[in-house]
Formats: sequence, C-alpha cells, structure tokens
Amino acid sequence: MSGFFAKSRITAQPGYNRWLVPPAALSVHLCIGQAYAFSVFNEPLTRIIGVSVSATDDWKLTTLGWIFSLAIVFLGLSAAVGGKWLEKVGPRLTMFVAACCFGGGFWLAALGVYLHEIWLVYLGYGVIGGIGLGLGYVSPVSTLIKWFPDRRGMATGMAIMGFGGGAMIGAPLSVLLMDMFKSATSVGVIDAFLVMGGLYFLSMMIGALTIRIPPADWQPSGWSPPPVANKMISNAHVHIDQALKTPQFYLLWLVLCLNVTAGIGVLGQASVMIQEMFKGSVTPAAAAGFVGLLSLFNMGGRFFWSSASDYLGRKNTYFIFFVVGACLYTLIPGMGQLGNMGLFVLLYALIMSMYGGGFATIPAYLADIFGTLYVGGIHGRLLTAWSTAGVLGPVLVNYIREYQLAQGVAKADAYNVTMYIMAGILVLGFICNVLIKPVHEKHHLKHDQFDELDGIYPADEH
Amino acid sequence: MQQQQPKSTSLVLLITFWLYVAIPLLWGVASTIKKAMALFG
Repeated sequence: MSGFFAKSRITAQPGYNRWLVPPAALSVHLCIGQAYAFSVFNEPLTRIIGVSVSATDDWKLTTLGWIFSLAIVFLGLSAAVGGKWLEKVGPRLTMFVAACCFGGGFWLAALGVYLHEIWLVYLGYGVIGGIGLGLGYVSPVSTLIKWFPDRRGMATGMAIMGFGGGAMIGAPLSVLLMDMFKSATSVGVIDAFLVMGGLYFLSMMIGALTIRIPPADWQPSGWSPPPVANKMISNAHVHIDQALKTPQFYLLWLVLCLNVTAGIGVLGQASVMIQEMFKGSVTPAAAAGFVGLLSLFNMGGRFFWSSASDYLGRKNTYFIFFVVGACLYTLIPGMGQLGNMGLFVLLYALIMSMYGGGFATIPAYLADIFGTLYVGGIHGRLLTAWSTAGVLGPVLVNYIREYQLAQGVAKADAYNVTMYIMAGILVLGFICNVLIKPVHEKHHLKHDQFDELDGIYPADEH
Repeated sequence: MQQQQPKSTSLVLLITFWLYVAIPLLWGVASTIKKAMALFG
C-alpha cells in the first residue's frame, strides 16, 4: 500500500503534460473551499428538533459558530504540523489523508446531527474536517511550484483560486441538497452531509490519483533560470526547520497575517455594513448579492494578482496590496457619507481582490525566498498566520464597532474608525514587507546535506 | 511511435480533466452572479 503512495510511483514519465497538474490541485481545492460556505448550514442546524421552527433543545447559532472556527484553527495547525510530513511522503498520500479526513469529517458530523450531539459535529467537521482542510490546502502547492518554475505565481494562484471557488460551489450545492432531502420530519442536513462527504471524498481522490511530481532535475522545455538572478529570487534552498530561524519567515508570517486580518475583518461585516451605511436603499437580498460579488472578486484576485506577481515581483505585489489597500480602506467611509454606493462596492471589491491575492501570492513569495525544496512545509507553517487572523480580524472589527456604538456613534458611522484601523494594519504590513531581504547564505542548504535531512530529497525521488 | 502516442492521449485527458473542474466552478460562478444581480436590481 505504501508503494502505491510512494513518490517514485507518482514521478511523471517523459512526455507528461504539466497542465494536468493544476486540475488535480483544483479537484482538491474546489472541495475544501466549501468550508467558507459552511454558514448556509447554520440556520437549518438550529431547527434539527423543531424542523419548522427552533425547539427549546435545538442548538443555538452561538454554539454552531464554533464548528467553522474549529475547522479554521485545525486547518492552520494541521498545515503547520503536516507540512514537513508532506515534503517527506509526497502529495498523493497527503491528498489521500486529506480526502479521508474531509469526507469522513462530514460523515461523522452527520452522525453527530443524527444523535444531536454537538461534540460529534465539532469533532467531525471542526477537528477531523479541519485537518483535511489543512492537509488538502498545502498538498499541491509545492508540486505546482516545481512544475511551473517559470510561472510560480500563476500556478499556485490557480489552485488557491479553487479554494475561493469552492465556496461558490459549496453554497448552492448545500442548498440544493437540503431542498432535495427536506421533509416534514427533517431539515435535510444529515443527508446533505452524507452526500457531500461522499462527493468530496471522491473528487479529492481523483486529485490524489492523478497528481504527478516532476523528476528532480526537470525544467520546462526551452526554459532555463534567468541568467541575471533577481536578488529576491533565490536559487538556494533553506531547510524547513532552518526557515524558522530566519527573520524572513516571521516577517512573511506578519505580512500574511496583517493582510488577512484587515480583509477577513471587513468581509465578515460586509452584509451588515452596506445595509447600515446605505440604510433604506439596500435590502437583505441585495446585501447577500453584495457578499456574493465580493467572493467573486476574492476568487478572481487570487488568480489575477498571483499571476501578475510573476511579472511585478512578489515584494512589489504586496507593496501594491498594502499601499493601495490602505488608501481604499481610508476612502470607504467617504463613499458611505457621499451616498455613492457604486464606488463603495467597487472599492470593497478591489480590497477583496487584494485579500485573495495575498493568499495566492504567498507560496510563490516563500519559494522565491526559501527555495522550492521545502516550500510546501514552510507554507504549511506560515498558514498559522491565517488561523490567527481568522480570530483576530472579526474580533477586532466587532470590538471596535461595539465600542463605537457604546460611545453613542450612529450605526452608519460606526465603521469609519474600523476602516482607519484596518488601513493602519496594512501600513504595519507595508513596513514588514519592506524589511524582507534575501535569506543570509549561512541558512542555505549545502548539497551534501540533502540526503541526511529526513530522507526528503533526493534519495526517495529517484 | 511510442513517444507520439502519449501526447495525443494526454490531450484528450487534458481537456476532460479541465472540463471536470471547470464545469462545477462555472456553475458556482453563475449561481453567485445570479445572486449578485439583486444588488443592481
């Protein structure tokens, strides 16, 4: 069985078309992106006993909110812990485990709903599903970077765009399945969980079975590394554990964390914010449409900005995120006061494109700084920044808003200070990005060290 | 001849595999755009 998952079994043969790798990555990311759409289950989950209306013993929304939070926390933890393992065992086994965890997590959560035991739902979707999310997220990244040394940003952008797109599939699919299975005695969540668990397991397995890694010395035909090396693109490699001893890792951690904190904080408030800033002219349905539009820009930004970073350079791309982002956050309150909803929507959409772009560009930035050998593992460890921001962003925005309202500020104006603070967060990100320099060569891996380190490279790739 | 065969096979596979991920993604995007229309309606 281990032979089936061995790196030697998934090393591409001559003539293999590298454009088969992005769909393999997408077949995983389009599944795990469902996590962003989990909230569509929240309301039906409050009516499991009462069915038409919530009964006294039904779960409360506050209880259910922990399912998504746990999943995101375990995404970060599993990516951090599993990243090194991924580099050792390769993407197929990692994707297989991710498929088992994500699909199995749904099934366990279905059992939890059936027995009405919330801890089983937490364990199923939150913990086990969250581990599937983390392993699935990082599993194809280093493989894509190795297949596309000429377009690292575009390659990882395609996969990470899939994570954004996964929510767009997951939300209508969940609604469709619940509508199909609901009856006088059921809201249809259990059956929807079972079907989705099965579909996602199968789709992720297709990714696991079709992923291929390039031979160790492979290069795209007709391409060779640029003769004049960019100082910010290293040809050397830094070991995954050594990367933690460099200031660059922590600066990049902050760059991701601050970019995500600013974006995730306002994304969660977008629906309420547009309704309060343009009171009377935006219905709840229109506000939901606004959130949908933002998710499109979030997804598109992942591909656009990461592809653009191949030409602009990673540091310059983040420079744009932080400078333009800070300006846009500062302008938004003015758009609210002017009553210009069109510009408000446009500015918000641009912010969301850069929020998504931040996620998608970071793996290529890591590959430029630390080399490609351990980039999957290093990326996994960096994703703890996402988990941190996932808690920090919403808490910060909610706290600031509540404080403003307690001070007697009008609801429509309560977001102004929030926006200025978010702009300040981006300024901090800008400073961290400016401080990023190439890694000192004392951290670089010497070629004779390759075989000694964890058996990762190159012994098991030949 | 043996080197030519995998190329044509991979082209069919390539299109199939891309369609496999593109169709659900386009369905999701279309559903989202339909929902977003409410903002401009």
